Amino acid sequence: MATARSAEGSTSSDSGGEGVRRRDFLNVAAVSFAGVGAVAALAPLFVQMSPSQDVLALATTEVDISKVQTGQGIKAQWRKQPVFIRNLTPKEIQEADAVPLSSLRDPETLAERTKPGKKNWLITLGVCTHLGCVPLGIGEGENKGPYGGYFCPCHGSQYDTAARIRAGPAPKNLFVPDYQFTSPTTVTIGAKG
Amino acid sequence: MRFILGFIGIVFAGVLLISLITGLSTYFSNPPAPLAANVFHKEPKELHLASDGPFGHFDKQQLQRGFQIYSEVCSACHSMKLVSFRDLKELGYNDAEIKKIASDWKTQVPSINPDTGEETTRKALPSDSFPPPFQNEVAARAANNNALPPDLSLITKAREGGAAYVYSILTGFQDQPAELLKKFPEAKTPPNLHYNPYFANLNIAMPPPLTTEGQVAYAPGNPKPTVDQMARDVAAFLVWTAQPDLERRHAAGIAVVVFLLFATILGYLAKQQIWDEVHRGVRRTGPLDPVNQAKTRRAKAKAGIAG
Amino acid sequence: MSFSWAKPYEPKHPFMRWLDDRLPLPRLVYGAVGGGYPVPRNLNYWWNFGFTAAIFLAIQIVTGIVLAMHYYATADGAFNSVNQHIMRDVNAGWLLRYAHMNGASFFFIAVYIHIFRGLYYGSYKAPRELVWMLGLVIYLLMMATAFMGYVLPWGQMSYWGAQVITGFFSAFPVVGEPIRIWLLGGYAPDQAALNRFFSLHYLLPFVIAAVVILHIWALHIPGSGNPTGVDVKDERDTLPFHPFYTAKDGWFVGLLLLIYAIVTFFAPNYLGHPDNYIPANPLATPAEIVPEWYFWPFYAILRSFTFDFILPAKLWGVLAMFSSILLLFFLPWLDKSPVRSGSYRPVFKRFFWLLVIDVVLLGWAGGGAPTPFRNAIGQICAAYYFLHFLLILPLVSAFETPLPLPKSITDSVLHGEEAKAAPAGTKPRRAKTATAVVE
Repeated sequence: MATARSAEGSTSSDSGGEGVRRRDFLNVAAVSFAGVGAVAALAPLFVQMSPSQDVLALATTEVDISKVQTGQGIKAQWRKQPVFIRNLTPKEIQEADAVPLSSLRDPETLAERTKPGKKNWLITLGVCTHLGCVPLGIGEGENKGPYGGYFCPCHGSQYDTAARIRAGPAPKNLFVPDYQFTSPTTVTIGAKG
Repeated sequence: MRFILGFIGIVFAGVLLISLITGLSTYFSNPPAPLAANVFHKEPKELHLASDGPFGHFDKQQLQRGFQIYSEVCSACHSMKLVSFRDLKELGYNDAEIKKIASDWKTQVPSINPDTGEETTRKALPSDSFPPPFQNEVAARAANNNALPPDLSLITKAREGGAAYVYSILTGFQDQPAELLKKFPEAKTPPNLHYNPYFANLNIAMPPPLTTEGQVAYAPGNPKPTVDQMARDVAAFLVWTAQPDLERRHAAGIAVVVFLLFATILGYLAKQQIWDEVHRGVRRTGPLDPVNQAKTRRAKAKAGIAG
Repeated sequence: MSFSWAKPYEPKHPFMRWLDDRLPLPRLVYGAVGGGYPVPRNLNYWWNFGFTAAIFLAIQIVTGIVLAMHYYATADGAFNSVNQHIMRDVNAGWLLRYAHMNGASFFFIAVYIHIFRGLYYGSYKAPRELVWMLGLVIYLLMMATAFMGYVLPWGQMSYWGAQVITGFFSAFPVVGEPIRIWLLGGYAPDQAALNRFFSLHYLLPFVIAAVVILHIWALHIPGSGNPTGVDVKDERDTLPFHPFYTAKDGWFVGLLLLIYAIVTFFAPNYLGHPDNYIPANPLATPAEIVPEWYFWPFYAILRSFTFDFILPAKLWGVLAMFSSILLLFFLPWLDKSPVRSGSYRPVFKRFFWLLVIDVVLLGWAGGGAPTPFRNAIGQICAAYYFLHFLLILPLVSAFETPLPLPKSITDSVLHGEEAKAAPAGTKPRRAKTATAVVE
């Protein structure tokens, strides 16, 4: 009986091509299923790192700007980042408009960086586009830098009155977030409009 | 050493035997008196919800009715601190409705006056969790005859029986059976407590919250708000508050189980294939046979082929 | 490696040769779980649970690391960080948490089967005593890790579990209470205890992984045991681990993951206790307090001692509970029978199954409220547990006449599945045929 079995065995190993292919197919299929499963199992391990629902829920912040006088600024917080809200003086607006676009590293006019009819309200993130420090210049008496806007103390980036980069290592102007005037004295940061 | 260990074994067994005998003798000489709760406590009634079973999903219409009962009845005393207004989106409310539900909520969220720094309250936002009806445990107890209404966020996971337990408690209020009072006169329900055989010690501090049909007015197109229907709806809602993951879990689970089933079957077939030669004895005569391998090696060596 | 015919590692790719010359890691892996590890050809499916346990250890470590990214170990915030933040807000948080929670149970299931397999087939006997003892060290570390992990969600069962288990130490006279206070960093479980449990719960799994490596290392010196308990004699008795046992372990892990997935996705709280969804309350103990299922047998032993015989009952309980695990370290010297496998030990076999029933009953006795009936069953079963290991096993091994052993593993396999586990001599006709073919 055992002899019969071995005979059968040798036949199957002799039958060559087809047997080998079937055998390979099964092993390859099983191993690839295991591989696909392992990769799929990685998905939750990656997505768990992205912002959780409670973080995403804090997408907007309402700020009351009624008390910000011309020439003053306040710091608000949006998504745990500082937001600079500045009520520009006519002189500062004029200075910003006077700069030729061609001389800018990141060409943008002040009008493009503010809402129509609200050119005096400059709202930007208070995060230096170089490496993320908070520039000086929003608080009273702080160093505004040679261009009268903001000055980053970490690596010396200098921003003008429209918060555009003028000198130093930063590549971009201070970022203007989505915001919306929900009333003449309140602004909702994070809301599109 | 084996003698010492054997001795230790006998000592442990001996002390256990003494414990057993003393325990049994106290039990028979002085049998413990049965308690009313042992005799009259009832297991939760049967309750079938759309969320039951591996393919279960939520009946959003029912969850909305349950939420209505929570907000109009239960939330007077029971907090739901782990759930946020924004979560209501899963019940089918849109952003504007959720914003309105949050700002109209009967209790407000503690806050600070931005001008004076004084403590104050503000209207709730969708990102807030449901503000509790009482500031703290002391306040909750003071308002409820020294009983603490439990938080309802996880209640269907935190009680044996889950949703059926909640449903049974809500519909289980009744007069104490005469039989009980006859057998256990001292177990009469004290004032301020309410007899409910589905509660562990039979007497619950919560007064019947759902008492009359139509206590909550359902929007047209919903079933009649009988006490039974309202209890079912709020139980279904509390399944959602405890397990908002349920639908996602079931969907992911079916995919994972089907995948693993295929992978396992394939793995089994591959294993059979690999073991085939061992099972059938091919190994004896086939190329893997050590004798044959030795022959091959010798032959190769003879022919002068390396490896 | 252990056997002279173990295939040496031959790098196929030039890079592997380059690497192997400098850091022989591929060689190590090949010899440990590759084609270079000869394994007895007759292993049955009870031998699959070691590999399975390693998979569940890996699952626990991976899910645990990511959960630690979202958990806060504060007495005020721990419950909410699990039940609000992780379960509701973190992306796939519910999946990771349920996978970790049930992964612990499945790790224990795999390890318990692995241990009982060792008990039945005499895997603790020479020359594998250290394999057995390192395994027990892993088991003790697992128990500590599981206990501390259960404390972290800071629910009612977590809190009272911490209280009760650290209370074990207070059973010892004089030093007991100071030790308990030292362990907790206070008079009751609180912030200090929670934080140190979190720290240790993160550390210990890596210690377990290290001891697992020692366990496998020690195993590879004599090589794996087998259901006959007969030593490997020549190459015909073994198969290379890869592809034969990788394939067998692989599909079997798939099967267990399937069961694990069914529990995790469709009954994630089945193995847990509802009271742990109630936040910890130091002023009120739950009506019924029980540990997780994998501790029930020990919990039954602990509370079976109710009589102050010379020592206080509490101390008896604690001593007995610790002894019930520690005595397993002496097993290689308690069971002196030269025959390893329970299949060839008729008397031992009967007592073994009695022990299985005994431990299951102990689990039942420890898993519910202490009624007089449950207590009595627990006491009888606890007594049998000690008698089994400390008295019956030495006596059986001294007086039992084992059945005749097969001449070799190959002899016992005989190409026929039906004859696999039968001792030689019971089916002489088949044995003869097979031998003839071999020769």
